[in-house]
Amino acid sequence: MSKITFILNNKVVSTTQHPTVRLIDVLREEFDYTGVKEGCGEGECGACSVLLNDRLVNSCLVPLGTVHDQKIMTIEGLSETPQGKLLIESYSKEGAVQCGFCTPGMLMASHSLLNEIPNPTDLEIKIGLSGNLCRCTGYNMIVNAVRRASKEGVGLW
Amino acid sequence: MVDYFIPTTLIDTLEFINNNEAKIISGATDLMVQRKKGAEITPYFTKKPVFVFNIKELNFIKESYEHIHIGACTPVSDLLNHKGTPSLLRKSIEVMASPALRNLATLPGNIINASPAGDTLPILYILDASVKIETLNSNRIVKVKDVITGPRRTILNSNEMITEVIVPKEEFTKSDFVKVGGRKADAISKISFTYAVKIKENKIIDLRLAFGAVGPVIIRKEELEEKYTNIELSKFKELKQEIINDYRQYITPINDQRSNKEYRKKVALNLLGDFIDTL
Repeated sequence: MSKITFILNNKVVSTTQHPTVRLIDVLREEFDYTGVKEGCGEGECGACSVLLNDRLVNSCLVPLGTVHDQKIMTIEGLSETPQGKLLIESYSKEGAVQCGFCTPGMLMASHSLLNEIPNPTDLEIKIGLSGNLCRCTGYNMIVNAVRRASKEGVGLW
Repeated sequence: MVDYFIPTTLIDTLEFINNNEAKIISGATDLMVQRKKGAEITPYFTKKPVFVFNIKELNFIKESYEHIHIGACTPVSDLLNHKGTPSLLRKSIEVMASPALRNLATLPGNIINASPAGDTLPILYILDASVKIETLNSNRIVKVKDVITGPRRTILNSNEMITEVIVPKEEFTKSDFVKVGGRKADAISKISFTYAVKIKENKIIDLRLAFGAVGPVIIRKEELEEKYTNIELSKFKELKQEIINDYRQYITPINDQRSNKEYRKKVALNLLGDFIDTL
């Protein structure tokens, strides 16, 4: 059986699973990264968001074959970085976490947005998070949290 | 037995699809949903999957004097960041799915999926875009509108692959893309409508219209466009009812979970009427 190798949260890993297996299943079941959540399973909710080569993707839509020799970062990896730590702090200060199910995906999308636009307008924040659903907060606190992170994290992104 | 392939070059890909019953998988955003069985169940492909998304030589945006050339595996988000992207194409990508989806989705994926609701398709139709289709030892250039023959049906043979999308650069006096969907992000169109018009000295000299999700394929009627070209703008507006009537017979939507045929037909023709009124 041939192997699929990729960089997962800065470590080289490999798996013998079939390349049509969904990335989310490999991350959760084989590598125990259960911060990656499954909501809809069809790319509408963003709860399974991860970074593929530093770009936001839905891991429920990515077949394992696509990540061979590429780089993946999950919320577990992001939360170890200065950017991730600041985002988590901003989310908690703004009360942007309630049930918490959407939060890992929201944090990934927030990070990805700030990577592209370090000082976004409210509209740009909303567009950046438009693929992520939250049924608790009503979104305002999440937008506030991203704005706070962008202000307090000048130079980080 | 090799039951899949992860190539790093185009030539390896073409050789594999030439010698195997294969399914090319690029961004996979449609395929993974269509093949989805449930959490922790592996999506099943009847043909050998070939994972092409990371082939570097197919990830490019190049411009010539008259055209923009887009590599087959270029995610559409790259087109949003590219200065020379035609504004209509940009507009359709902006309302396509979500940022995460746009980082995976590709134009050839939208074309090969051949959904009448594909967001970029009406634009590719009215901009007269073409694709380069390659096999191991040949290639041909075909207009996008001639590639798609029906819902989920294209002219591509099993040993062929779209390697490039070629979009002519043209300036229009006025153009727009309107999408009617249930949510701003991540919605599949109920109806879409696009137009591009050139007006010179108050005369319409180039008219292009297309509708999405209201028939088995994108609706563009060049004979009707010709009929209403080279007439004064004021005359064009007077002909509103006639134009709507001419298009009515071609708008043949269906009922599905997103919308129903009566609503789709009415709104499609309203969008056409609104375009004529506000031109």
